[in-house]
Amino acid sequence: MIEIEQLHKSFGAAEVLRGIDMSVDRDRVVAILGPSGSGKSTLLRCVAALEEYQSGQVLIDGELIGYRTGDGDSTRRRLGDRDLARQRGNIGMVFQSYNLFPHLTALQNVMLGLVHVRRLPKPEAREVALQWLERVGLRGREDAHPFQLSGGQQQRVAIARAAATQPKVLLLDEVTSALDPELVGEVLTVIKDLAESGVTMIIVTHEVLFARDVAHEVVFMDEGRVVERGNPRDVLTAPQTERMRAFLRRYASNPAAS
Amino acid sequence: MDVVIPWLPSMARGLQTTLWLATVVLVSSSLIGAIGGLAIVNGPRPVRWFLRGYVDIVRGIPILVLLFTVYFGSSAFGSGLDQGQAAIVALSIFAGAHMTEIVRGGIGSLPRATVEAAEVIGLTSVQRLRLVVAPLVLPRILPPWVNTAVEIVKATSLASLIGVIDLLYATNSAIGTAKHPIAFYLTAAAIYFVIGAGLSRAGALAERHYRYHEY
Repeated sequence: MIEIEQLHKSFGAAEVLRGIDMSVDRDRVVAILGPSGSGKSTLLRCVAALEEYQSGQVLIDGELIGYRTGDGDSTRRRLGDRDLARQRGNIGMVFQSYNLFPHLTALQNVMLGLVHVRRLPKPEAREVALQWLERVGLRGREDAHPFQLSGGQQQRVAIARAAATQPKVLLLDEVTSALDPELVGEVLTVIKDLAESGVTMIIVTHEVLFARDVAHEVVFMDEGRVVERGNPRDVLTAPQTERMRAFLRRYASNPAAS
Repeated sequence: MDVVIPWLPSMARGLQTTLWLATVVLVSSSLIGAIGGLAIVNGPRPVRWFLRGYVDIVRGIPILVLLFTVYFGSSAFGSGLDQGQAAIVALSIFAGAHMTEIVRGGIGSLPRATVEAAEVIGLTSVQRLRLVVAPLVLPRILPPWVNTAVEIVKATSLASLIGVIDLLYATNSAIGTAKHPIAFYLTAAAIYFVIGAGLSRAGALAERHYRYHEY
């Protein structure tokens, strides 16, 4: 359902993605691990049509994301505003820094996409949004503004906001990295609940144990390439490459990080 | 101060002109600022260069020079602009540059991530502007906007120098006949002050309505 083929992405002279291949089937959860600067977040941003890429392609249900096809990479054109908006309507993304709309309440944050992208009538959107807030454990806080919520609560609102429109895929970009350690658990619980209910997800995370619990597949990236991939238990207990062993050792020596 | 009282009706007519001029310029410069500010952030490169040049040049020129240039320069083209039109054009060019810079700064102060969150939800650029960018930027630019409004009111007094019969012109006329410049100028100063202070006060009250950017 999501096909990433030979994706190359550079910022100026720096090549951040050096030919990524990846596919994610419907209702599957893929966790991407890797050191900082390995290109994980950039990969997610390409899937979300937030970044342009130089070559290769990202397909969701066969539709090329971000571009109108030409004869090849050199002749394709970046999609216009309306087409990008339409494609992004099928993609949900949660950011490390929550990025809630500060002028809107928790409920309004979740309703925004339902009303203006999904075009639900307001009463219906309100019902759906309330159900989602309930699901992430924030019923009763719907009228709070983001600045009145803790980081963990804000992130749960952000997850509700991204998931409420029922996107084809949910992209989670290090969603617990900015949280105080005692708030990480509540967010991971919500994600786990989503994963078990059958939502297609790509999760970039530093939480190795969480990746093992929740993901159907683990992908390890380093320096813009996929270095290892496979069943979480195999990959995490018996890594094949030295780079991944080194990465996991750093986590083992730093239990606070997992 | 009794000497001023007989002249108050003519000063009031001048005040009307001042307020009208300031209102027209406030509206036109706000429009210039809104369009210019958006275009300087999102527009194609030539448009951005043009606007950058406009803002930098205008901010580097004394308003009076701009006013004389527009008024006397326009007569080179046919019948030219009358005093009132020239004042509106010159003050709008001047204040529009400031407003453009204010709007640009306001949009620039928005975290990129907030805008990206709006993009990734699937909002079009017009929806993002209406639902996210404008509600966040407007309260942020309210203080400098009020500031500029006060500057505009004060700057309208320059129009008296090309013959617009505003509050200052009416004051000068009165002094010409009645003498006692100090009494008249203090009266005019008090009127300008009340308008400016009133605007600032209204701005401060409006600012209190927007608590959410205290995050």
